[in-house]
This record gives sequence, structure tokens and C-alpha cells, in this order.
Amino acid sequence: MPFVEFTVNSVRTVLRGNRAYWLWIVFLLALVGIGGFGYAHQVRSGLIATHMRDPVSWGFYIGNFTFLVGVAAAAVVLVIPAYVYHWKPIKEIVVFGELLAVAAIVMCGLFVLVDMGRPDRLWHLIPWIGHWNGPGSILAWDALVLNLYFLLNFVIVTHILFRGFNGREYSKRFATPLILLSIPAAVSIHTVTAFLYNGMAARPYWNSAILAPRFLASAFCSGPAIMLILLQVVRKIMPIEIKDEALWKIAELMAYAMFVNLFLFGAEIFREYYSRTEHLLFFRYAYSGLNGHRTLVPFTWLALFCSVTAFLLFLIPRTRKNWVALNVGAVLIFAGVYIEKGVALVIPGYTPSVLGEIFEYFPSRTEAMVSAGVFGVGFLLYTLMVKVAVAIMTGRLSSRRSEAAGV
Amino acid sequence: MTEDPSPPSRDALDSPEESREESLQQSTRRSFLAYAAAAAAGAVLASCTPEEREAYLQKRFRELSKEDVAKVVARLEAEYARKYGKPFKVGVEPAIPRTLFGYALDLSRCIGCRRCVYACVKENNQSRRSPPIQWISVLEMDKRTGVDVMESNLYYDPKEVPREGHFYMPVQCQQCRNPPCTRVCPVGATWQEPDGIVVVDYNWCVGCRCCMSACPYGARHFNWGEPHLPPEEANQETHYLGNRPRMRGVVEKCTFCIQRTRKGLYPACVEICPVGARKFGNLLDPESEVRYIIENKRVFLLKEELNTQPKFFYFYGV
Ligand code: SF4
Ligand code: SF4
Repeated sequence: MPFVEFTVNSVRTVLRGNRAYWLWIVFLLALVGIGGFGYAHQVRSGLIATHMRDPVSWGFYIGNFTFLVGVAAAAVVLVIPAYVYHWKPIKEIVVFGELLAVAAIVMCGLFVLVDMGRPDRLWHLIPWIGHWNGPGSILAWDALVLNLYFLLNFVIVTHILFRGFNGREYSKRFATPLILLSIPAAVSIHTVTAFLYNGMAARPYWNSAILAPRFLASAFCSGPAIMLILLQVVRKIMPIEIKDEALWKIAELMAYAMFVNLFLFGAEIFREYYSRTEHLLFFRYAYSGLNGHRTLVPFTWLALFCSVTAFLLFLIPRTRKNWVALNVGAVLIFAGVYIEKGVALVIPGYTPSVLGEIFEYFPSRTEAMVSAGVFGVGFLLYTLMVKVAVAIMTGRLSSRRSEAAGV
Repeated sequence: MTEDPSPPSRDALDSPEESREESLQQSTRRSFLAYAAAAAAGAVLASCTPEEREAYLQKRFRELSKEDVAKVVARLEAEYARKYGKPFKVGVEPAIPRTLFGYALDLSRCIGCRRCVYACVKENNQSRRSPPIQWISVLEMDKRTGVDVMESNLYYDPKEVPREGHFYMPVQCQQCRNPPCTRVCPVGATWQEPDGIVVVDYNWCVGCRCCMSACPYGARHFNWGEPHLPPEEANQETHYLGNRPRMRGVVEKCTFCIQRTRKGLYPACVEICPVGARKFGNLLDPESEVRYIIENKRVFLLKEELNTQPKFFYFYGV
């Protein structure tokens, strides 16, 4: 049973590590514990434990979900430049990117789950067993494509790593078509998620034709930002050659993506502030406050500041090639997009509400705890998967080794 | 640590069959996980009472056979009787043929007393607190700006209504003929009945709240906490798709008092209105009052530009 052996050995690998590794694991487990505690409270009392109410019926959970769909999508999109520019570490980029996608999709699923009023009825969403209300319902589609995308990435990395475990290269005939398929799939999951908001004529803030392009542009900033940092770590701890040029190229591509993102944002701003229709209310709530309600204003401006600064850092070759500036830029982009998707997308869509009510939403402590827990699960999963992947790709974990060691 | 006595031989791994075998193994592993999940779910279900199991596995109301409907009704009636200490009737009256319900509301008469709001809460077993649920929202508007929802006040609280210089606009489910709320539901838990009433199957709704985002009239409400219905105030005359007691975590909305109107009664809000601002009837009946109003009065639709095609008509009687 080679697959059992693979599994057993993988488990052994993640159980071995130095102090820093275990500290990190303990930290993540603590997050998971906090999340579990928060969720238990939410299950006991209902979603009243959150600060969502009828006027603002989606909040932090769905914002995080949206952000993570972007991460899942963009982690994989890096495969395109890797092919186009014939970067050496294509396989590494594929493996780490798709593992990130797997972890991100798991977090997406959890965020949807914790947001559901009746998580016990999850099976109603499964086609044939429950009822799939397509083609009209975008959420039904979203659930479908996210699951397919998860499966696709899971199969690809499992194939590559399992082959590597047995000391062999992955099958190009099997994997390459799937890898290429994962790229349009990545674009589609984020587009469908954008349509979830986009299709709601009741909410003018979301009902703009450039919402899906904006989603994609911002995701192509945040996903690579994680990969940029990750690849630097990887080449430190693994004897894998990742050229500086490849990293600088990623940064350059992110600068273009950020340009498109800012441009689309500017187009939106122009339309709203020049035509000054009633829809301007939502932008005013987000960026300058409405009748003294200003909860969101610092966040939206912070996001904009992060994005613009990072754009400049990545645009100028001198700063792009400076490691400190590069990493600061990556963190800024990540933060900027996180606030943009997690906070500035969902909440202003509801404020003011369809009946003109201004209900100021801010996540409750339970929401914060549960969200931390979900991130804990995702990072834990990713850490463990990367640990195994690194061990396999450096040859430390292989069927031959376990044979030799008599394990 | 157990020793694996037979490490896989290289030959076997290198065989051309390998990738098929491999994907087979992957799929057996996945189906194993699926079985494990099913077994776990089965174990949980096995620990429930038969009623709980039946409730959990209940299909969509629209797909239930006649016998199943009877069983569900019996189960619910028993459950409510136990919970509220008095008998309940859960009706399943179907739509009356050749009927399309419509509503008309006279803005020139409404005085903003909110009696309709409270009558509705009582008739339809809405949650009284934490948080309270009200299917009707009365908006106070300034006579100088006219109908402008974005500038309206939902929480007006003067000593006496109507307030000088203001008028009042009650908003509830508009029973759209082109309802965005039903389309977005991922599980088909909400739909439009043949008589035009948009209903929710509370036992099928998963509480994702897509429909709340899609509704342009704020007509859908969510049970954020355990609904709070004092037994002595509970209305025992109910309908499966209407005012039967709800559970936590599902969406609910105005149903034109389906439990009354399908028996030929008026909705509670029509009956209670002290100034007769509310009119109700069959849009397909040329003799009905709503038809007369639509044909003879100055009528408008709220947010007409969204093409939701409400069957709720606002008009000025004088
Ligand atoms: S008013 Fe809202 S809830 Fe009622 S039918 Fe229209 S969209 Fe649906
Ligand atoms: S909250 Fe319920 S009725 Fe509304 S869209 Fe979700 S499952 Fe459907």
C-alpha cells in the first residue's frame, strides 16, 4: 500500500520539527482553540452572537470568505508567468501555489459554514441529495465551482508529491492539462464570487459592471504577495534555486495588477462623484462618513494608503529590488486588499440599508474569535502540507529512504 | 510505531498501470472519507429520537407527497403543542385557482400609528424580542421631499401621529412578480406560489441570507436568536408556509397572511387599519377593490426601476 505508506510517513514528518516549528504550531492551535470556543458560543446562542442584524445581514465572515477566494484564485495564477518566462522553479511554484489554494478554499468553506444560520442543514446544498437551485442562484454556482476547484488542486498536488515521494517526476501527460485547467478555474471562482454581489440590483454599491474585474485585479495583487514572501522563505530553508529575477518579476507583475486595480477604483469613484446620484451615499459612508457615522472611514483610507504605497514600491525598480522595500510592499498589498475585501466591500453595500437606515456594523468579539479560529485552521493546514512538500522535494521524505531506514 | 512488513516494490510502482492505480487509490481514499462522514452523520442521527430524525431528513415542502405532508403536519402540531402548551393547527391550504393577490395602500390616509405592525406581529407569531421581528416597517417622510426612502425615518417616535409636515409610508413584502429573492436562494427554500405569494419553507432554509441582500424592500427578516414567542400570545391558527412558529437561524417574511387569505379572510393589517388605508383583493377579478384602485387612482410602485414588478400598489385616495 504505497499510499498508506505515503500518509504514514507524511504524518511522521509533520511530527518532527525544531523549536520554532513547534512554537508556531502551538500558536496556531491556540488560535483554533479560541475559534472553537467562539463558535461553541455562537452555536449555543445563534448568530445573535455576531453584530450582524437585518439591515447589515452579511459581515466579517463573508468579507473574509471573499478575500480568501481571491487568495485561492491568485495563488495559482502565478503559474502563468512561471510558464511564460520559463522560471526554473515552476514545479515549486505550482506546488506551493496549489497548496495555498487548497488551504484557502478550506478556509472559504469554513467561513461560509460559520455564517450559516443552519449549519446542520448543510446537506441541502448538495446537488441531488439536497436541492441545487441553479442556474439562477449564484451562491449555488459558487459552492459548485469552489468544490471543483478544491478537488482539482488537491489532485494535482497529491499527484506531484506522491510521485516525488516515490522518487519520480510527475506525469506531464496527467498533470499539465490539469495545471492549465486550474488557471481558468481560478479566474472563474473569483468571477462567480464577484457575481454573487454584482447581481444584486437592490444594492447599488455592488451592482457595478466593473466589480468582477476589480475583484480579479485586487486578487492578482494579494495572492502573489503571499507567494513572494513564501518563496523567499522556501529558498532559505530548501536547496531549491529561485532566482532573484523571478521574484522581481512577480513584484513587477503585481505593480501592473495594482495599477489596474487602482485605475478601476478611480473609474468607479469618478462615476459616483461626478454624476452624484443617490448611489453616492454608499461611497460617502465608506470614505467620508454619513451623518456623523464614520466607523469605516479610517479603514477605507488605510486600505487606499497601503495599496498606493505598495504600488509605488513595486513600480520603481530601485525599491522593487531592495528586499526590505519589497517585503514591506508585499505586506502592505496584503493588508490593503484584506481591508478592501473584508471590510470596505461588504459593509458599505448595506449602509445605508434598502430602507435608508444607517446601521453601523462592526464585528463582535465572537466574530473576531471565530475568524481567528478559521485562519488558524487554514494556516495550520498549510504549514503541515508545506512541511511534507518541502521534505519530499528535498528528498528527505521518500519511499526509498523509508525502505533504507527499515521503517 | 508499527512496522510495515512489505514496503512497495519499485517494480510494481513503475508499472504502466501505476497512474490509474494511483488515481484509483485516491478515489477509494476519498470515498472512504465520504463513507466515514456518512457513518458519522448516521451515528449522530441514530442518537436522535425518531421525530428529530424525521425532521432532520425532511425533504423540501414542494417535493413532499400527500402522505408525507400529513406526517409533517402531525409532527409539527405535536411539537408546537408540546412547546407552547396548547393545540396548534398547521394548515396546508393550496392556492385558490384563478387568484392573484394584490394589495393597495393609500398614502393620503395612513397616519403612521403602526397598528398594522403590531397586529401583524401578533397574527403571524413574530419574535417579540432579542431581536424583535416586524414584517412591516413604517417610514416617516417629509412632505417637502416627497417619497424618498433614503431620507426616511424608520424610528420616528413623536407623542402624537401624524406629525406636522410629515406623511407615512408602510413598507412590507411587495410580493414581487419578478422576485429577486427567490432566484438567489441556493437551495430553493423560497418561491412564488400560484396565487402570487412569495413563501419560505422554514424547514429547508439554510440561513445563508442571500435573499435578504437581494430584496430591495427590506422585507426579509432573520431569526438571529431563538425566536421569542410567549405561549399565551401565540396564534394557534397557522399555515405551514406562513405564521407557524419559526426556529432560530431561518428567514421569514410577510405572506399576505396566507393562513387567512386562502380561507377568504382579509390580512390582519387590512382589518386593523383605523383609517382604511389598506386594500386587498384578487387582481384577476375585474370587480375587486384593488382593480378599481389601479384603474382609477394615481398609483405608483416602490423602486419601479428595479423591475421587481410588485403586486403592492401605493396610491393617493384623495
Ligand atoms: S419584496 Fe422582497 S421579499 Fe418580497 S417578493 Fe419582493 S424581493 Fe422578495
Ligand atoms: S436565507 Fe434561506 S430562503 Fe434565504 S436564500 Fe438562504 S436558504 Fe434561501
